[in-house]
Order: sequence, then C-alpha cells, then structure tokens
Amino acid sequence: MARFMPLADAVADNLRNGDTTAFEGFTHLIPNAAAHEAIRQGFTDLTLIRMTPDSLYDQMIGMGMAKKVVFSYAGNPGVGLLRRMRDAIENQWPRAIETEEHSHAAMANAYEAGAAGLPCAVFRGYRGAQLAQVNPNIRQVACPFTGETLAAVPSIRPDVTFIHAQKASRRGDVLVEGIIGVQKEAVLAARRAVVTVEEVVDDFAGVHPNACVLPHWTISAIAVVPGGAHPSYAHGYYARDNAAYLEWDKISADRDLFAAWMKTNVLDAGPDAFAQRVADL
Amino acid sequence: MNSFTPNEMMTIAAARALSNEDVCFVGIGAPSAACNVARLTHAPGITLIYESGTIGTAPDVLPLSIGDGELCETALTTVSVPEMFRYWLQGGRITTGFLGAAQIDRFGNINTTVIGPYDKPKVRLPGGGGAPEIATSSQQIFITMKQSTRGMVEKIDFYTSFGHGDGGDHRARLGIATKGPVLLVTDLAVWRPDPETKEFTVVSLHPGVTRANVQETCGWKVAYAADVEETPPPTELELTTLRDLNERTARAHAAGKGS
Repeated sequence: MARFMPLADAVADNLRNGDTTAFEGFTHLIPNAAAHEAIRQGFTDLTLIRMTPDSLYDQMIGMGMAKKVVFSYAGNPGVGLLRRMRDAIENQWPRAIETEEHSHAAMANAYEAGAAGLPCAVFRGYRGAQLAQVNPNIRQVACPFTGETLAAVPSIRPDVTFIHAQKASRRGDVLVEGIIGVQKEAVLAARRAVVTVEEVVDDFAGVHPNACVLPHWTISAIAVVPGGAHPSYAHGYYARDNAAYLEWDKISADRDLFAAWMKTNVLDAGPDAFAQRVADL
Repeated sequence: MNSFTPNEMMTIAAARALSNEDVCFVGIGAPSAACNVARLTHAPGITLIYESGTIGTAPDVLPLSIGDGELCETALTTVSVPEMFRYWLQGGRITTGFLGAAQIDRFGNINTTVIGPYDKPKVRLPGGGGAPEIATSSQQIFITMKQSTRGMVEKIDFYTSFGHGDGGDHRARLGIATKGPVLLVTDLAVWRPDPETKEFTVVSLHPGVTRANVQETCGWKVAYAADVEETPPPTELELTTLRDLNERTARAHAAGKGS
C-alpha cells in the first residue's frame, strides 16, 4: 500500500545492503533523485539491474556500491561509453564488479516474465549472438508444439524497483505517460516499489482509460520530488538535458573530477536541488 | 552542384535505399540521420520506429538518444519496450532494421560489445542493446558506418549481432529465416553481399573515390562487383535537407543547461 514520505525515508525503508535492485527508465523518467539518495545513504554490495545503465549506474558503480550489474546497453545514450563502469570492468576500480549481459529483447522479456509471475522468459532471440556463449543464464528450449528452438532467460525479480513518474493521486495511484519503457513491468516484478513523482493531484479524472496507471496497492512508497528525473526528462514537465549527458562524458573520464562532482552535486546536495536543475528546461 | 563531404554522401546514399513502404527500426547516429533524410525527401510515408517504443515518429531534429521526447511527441503511438520487442520486432513487422557498427567483418557480422577478449576487454563498448534481435528479426538489414581499418576488420572480436556468419547459407543453418545484411553504405562506397558467398562487395564508388581509397580504409581484401558504378552525387534537395536537419539538431542539443 503506497505511503507518501520524504525521499530519504522511502529509500531507507526499502533498500538494503546486498539487495537486487532496479532503477528503471528507458531514456525517459530515469529515477536520478532516488539513486542520489541511495548514494548518500551509502548502500553496498548491490546487484544493479537496468536495461540501459547510463550515467545513473555509472555514478553508483563509481561510488563502489555495486557488486554486480545486469544490463543490455552500457552506454551514455547518444554520447558514448560509460567511463566509470568501464574503469570497474577494465581496472577493477573502485572495486571489481560482476556483469551479466543481455540484449534488450531478453531483458524486456525477463521483466515481463517477472511481472507475470513466471520463472523464465521464452522468445526468439540470441540466434548467432555470442552473448549466448559467455552468459550461462542464456539457454535454449524447444517449443513443445513445433520443435522450434527458442531462447530462454530467467525472469527478473528485483527486491526493490525504483521509478520516477509524472503524477500520483492522493490515494497513491501512479500515472506514467510518454515513453513508458519497462517501468510497469519492473514495478510489478519487484517485491517492493518506490516511486518519485513530479506532483500529487486529487485524482485521475479525465485520464484516458488506457493510460499506464499503477494502482496504489502495487507500490510501497511515494516521494514527491519535482525534477527528480534530471538530467533525463519528464514528458509534459521538462526536456532532456542533453548538455548534461555530454558533460558527463568529461566528468566521468577522470577519477578525481568524478569524486569532486559527486561531492558537490550528490553527497552535499539533497532532493530539493532537482527542481532548480530543471527550472529552465 | 555544391561540394559535399564524404559523411554527407554516406548519409544521403543510405537514405536513398529506403522507400515509402518501409517500416524501419532505426539505430541511433548515422542510421537515424539517413532515415530522417529519406522521410524528408523521397519517402514521406516511411514508418520510423525507435526501440524506445515510438512508432511512426517524425522528429523535427535528430534525437540524441533513442528515447528523446521529440520522438514520442511526433509518433503515431508509443508502446512499452516489451511490446516493441515482442509484437513489433519479433512479430516480423519490421521490413528494414538500420544499424551502425563499431566493428564489422566482410559478412556483415557486427561487434559493439568489446575490443579484446570478453573476460578481459581492452575496451568495454556499450554492448548490443536491441541489435542482436534487430539483426535476426527484421526482414532485412542495412548497415552504415565510416570506413577505417579499425572498424572494418578481418575478424571481429565479438559477434554481437549476427550477419551472414561465415557466409553462404550460415543464417539458414542457424534457423534464421530473414535476409540479414543486404546493404552497407560507407563514406566511400555502397556495398551489397555477393548472392552466393554473402561477402560484401563494392557495387558503387562515391564521386571522386578510388579503389585504393576503399582498400586503404578496409581491413580485408576488398571484392568488387563486375560492374562498379559511380554513386550519383547528392542533389541540391538532399544536401539542403540534410544540412538543415543537422543545423536544427545542433541548435536543439546545445540548448540544455548542463549540470
């Protein structure tokens, strides 16, 4: 049952050291404010799941919070590589991390299977792809009806999923609009779900009947954090801060510059800083 | 005729290969530019799909990422990512998947995963994203990339996305029913696979490009079709459309605030 609370409490109540956790958002509505709060609270040994880790997991990995990363595209979208994640994989800095790598199709199917309460996902994929040889969690099954060989991967079942959304109603129902990615599946697949939202409205009267709504009883905690997706965007509220993603390429290239940036913008800041960051976007 | 750069020729030659009837799954970067030039010139009816779930999108500026707001705002509809990969890609509704590549071999196999061994990479690249299944579920694949000996190699370090494997009927032997790579457009030439061996073969050289230029920037011994043509230079309309698009894009992307 969704409870409204400050972000610090929502994160402290729902994330534990060693948890398997997903901070989802496919380019849009990325829960950066929630991740920054998790960084401030200093969790360790996390298994981080996300299709597109981007700068958010680059920051968490660079701060030494990750034991393992499960992903399908480890890039800074439209810009280049994830330099902190590379440093961890190539040089074990600040610690060694395990990786489990998939394709987007596999992870999207695995989230859906998790939401559907299935143990695995079956799809037509990975044919000729070498990932199937380096990732033991990519296997094959034969269709019992046609004999066609299909790919199988375990479903994704996070201990806790974090997402950002546009609106919550006073009752705690959550509305996600625009590019909805895998957020609905990631919430329904998880034991606990924490949502940050741009604003709270009385109810969802007038919303399209087919809109993407997560009922309040699927969510553990809601924190109101305007701008909480920055530097990604919130459809209908503010635009993607492409310049920040371009800048991240430089900040993340240098360990000292990274540490200084994290201190100023994350460790010494709070959720309230996000509203100002999107004020002109 | 204005002068033009090799990059502009590449984008425009790639754009020409697309038609009004295409349902195109668009990769970011060079493919995205080519697809939108096609839409803004000879193929206004083309359906452009980005993996973020946007179907029938018509962006005014090129997106920096596959999920920019512009894509959703101009799309016919936006679906979830699982639906995109299950119903639309795996369901066989994509006529052309348009990919870029960090490393490619002569059979159109693509590596975007690692340089060096997988367990101890020299360079960890972003990985496959949607490409492994785009490469096998789209009815056909176009590839576009700039030529270099680092990018066009005898043997790729990792098979991220399967092209024609070792050539010949390798796709069919793996149970892949789609055509795979049928076109490679570089900054120097247009390549198509040999009908039997499936090795990419130069069918057209861009204006002013020599065979020596092509070989110097390619890591395998280049094969040529019996009749190699010259790629028609960009028309005024094609060039103006591409330059206007790039200008609008640069203006839009510089407009963010930074941290």
